[in-house]
Amino acid sequence: MIDFLQKLGQTTLTSLGKLGRGYFFLIHTLVGIISVLSRPRLLTKQLYSVGVLSFLIISISGLFVGMVLGLQGFYILSDFGAEETLGVMVAASLVRELGPVVAALLFAGRAGSALTAEIGLMKATEQLSGMEMMAIDPIKRIIAPRFLAGFLSMPLLAALFSAIGVIGGQLIGVGLLGVDDGAYWSQMQSTLDFQDDIINGIIKSIVFGFVVSWIALFEGYDAIPTSEGVSRATTRTVVNSAFTILGLDFILTALMFGDI
Amino acid sequence: MDTKAPPKTDIVCIQNLTFSRGHRKIFNAISLDIKRGGITAIMGPSGTGKTTLLKLIGGQLYPDKGNIIVDQQNVHQLKRTDLYTLRKRMGMLFQSGALLTDISVFDNVALPLREHTALNESMIRTLVLMKLQAVGLRGARDLIPGELSGGMARRVALARAIALDPMMIMYDEPFTGQDPISLGILVKLIKELNNTLGLTSIIVSHDVEETIGIADYIYVLSEGKVAGHGTPEQIRNSDSEWVQQFMKGDADGPVHFHYPATDYKEDLFQ
Repeated sequence: MIDFLQKLGQTTLTSLGKLGRGYFFLIHTLVGIISVLSRPRLLTKQLYSVGVLSFLIISISGLFVGMVLGLQGFYILSDFGAEETLGVMVAASLVRELGPVVAALLFAGRAGSALTAEIGLMKATEQLSGMEMMAIDPIKRIIAPRFLAGFLSMPLLAALFSAIGVIGGQLIGVGLLGVDDGAYWSQMQSTLDFQDDIINGIIKSIVFGFVVSWIALFEGYDAIPTSEGVSRATTRTVVNSAFTILGLDFILTALMFGDI
Repeated sequence: MDTKAPPKTDIVCIQNLTFSRGHRKIFNAISLDIKRGGITAIMGPSGTGKTTLLKLIGGQLYPDKGNIIVDQQNVHQLKRTDLYTLRKRMGMLFQSGALLTDISVFDNVALPLREHTALNESMIRTLVLMKLQAVGLRGARDLIPGELSGGMARRVALARAIALDPMMIMYDEPFTGQDPISLGILVKLIKELNNTLGLTSIIVSHDVEETIGIADYIYVLSEGKVAGHGTPEQIRNSDSEWVQQFMKGDADGPVHFHYPATDYKEDLFQ
């Protein structure tokens, strides 16, 4: 019993300590962003590796998700004779939910894990403390550009995911299953609301980009500097990001679309 | 550059330093002073916390007790910005080199110059090439650190450490893993840099012969204490059994080679 209590206390203290470190890390990073703005070259390099290199996985996944939505949507909607509204269904699901959420999950797996491993290894090979000894703040020089790149890339990647998904839905719905092309697009245009659907979806992806970048960079920075420590930190990035994305998605959806 | 003779005070004063990792006391109230302008060596077997001592001097770790004064400033009471200003004047050579792996040798050496000075690119180029020439790696400027051997990486790191012309350089095990030729050059280089640039050098090492050859003053650490100190001559003639064992590399003496364990035979025939 005492053992159990001791363990509970230990775990609580450890996680609270980590939370506190994570918070200070975030503040420090946000302050560091100011100095990144004056040196855009640091940022463009990261935008390439975090954002541009995620293009392929996001596009292909978006295409397939859209195609599946086209198929499933068609079978359900045609039962009610409402296959004309397929465009609405595909676009609304993508823009509101699947775009931001699935793109963020993929982003955490593709870019987040890479960031954690990179920072963790830099720590393990003493690159970070080497910079500190040269009076170069690694948070400003290394972390902040990556954070900003992740934060900026995520909404764009989510938008790309949704756009390609809509085309995938059209390929299947219109091309294969014979939904009227005009109906597909015009129903979508008249039903989807810019404010309610698109802006809310973008807000979600901004929030996800923020937390995924934060989690990924902090896990790397806080990793135990051994091979095992880095591997565990990388796993934690993907798992914690997934939990956070899905949990936040519920909260954001309730706030945006519910009448609470 | 200041042409006046530097003040003859101690550049680093360590007073009653206590530091522990977990339950293990790495330093137990040690005090030592490092004179300005010379080469001071801190020696001791692996695991005596020599690297830790350098990190404490650089303000990367905090002591449990005691003070470290570098150039009349208490390192652990400085504000972040002041600490960074002080660090610009200290170079540190990590055992692994700690070069940034995603940029070239040239950019690694240029990094502190680009970060801390407003020099234009052509001046930076000149300075970087001069520093690389000093370590014999001017031709390797376009390689990335992954293409260098361990010894070369450490020489690039040395070029980077002297890029800002610091007042002192801390070398963490500079002689380990160098082939005889680069070892000889490196020993000469450390000596030359120290004399021509008017630096203070702190060398942490367990390579007795090389270190004794260039050091002006030596501290020998053991089990969290200073076991002996003095000029190389005094250390050689030290009457401390401990220092004698370390200098001669004897297996028998006050230091045990084996990690504490139960009786060998009992352990085997259990």
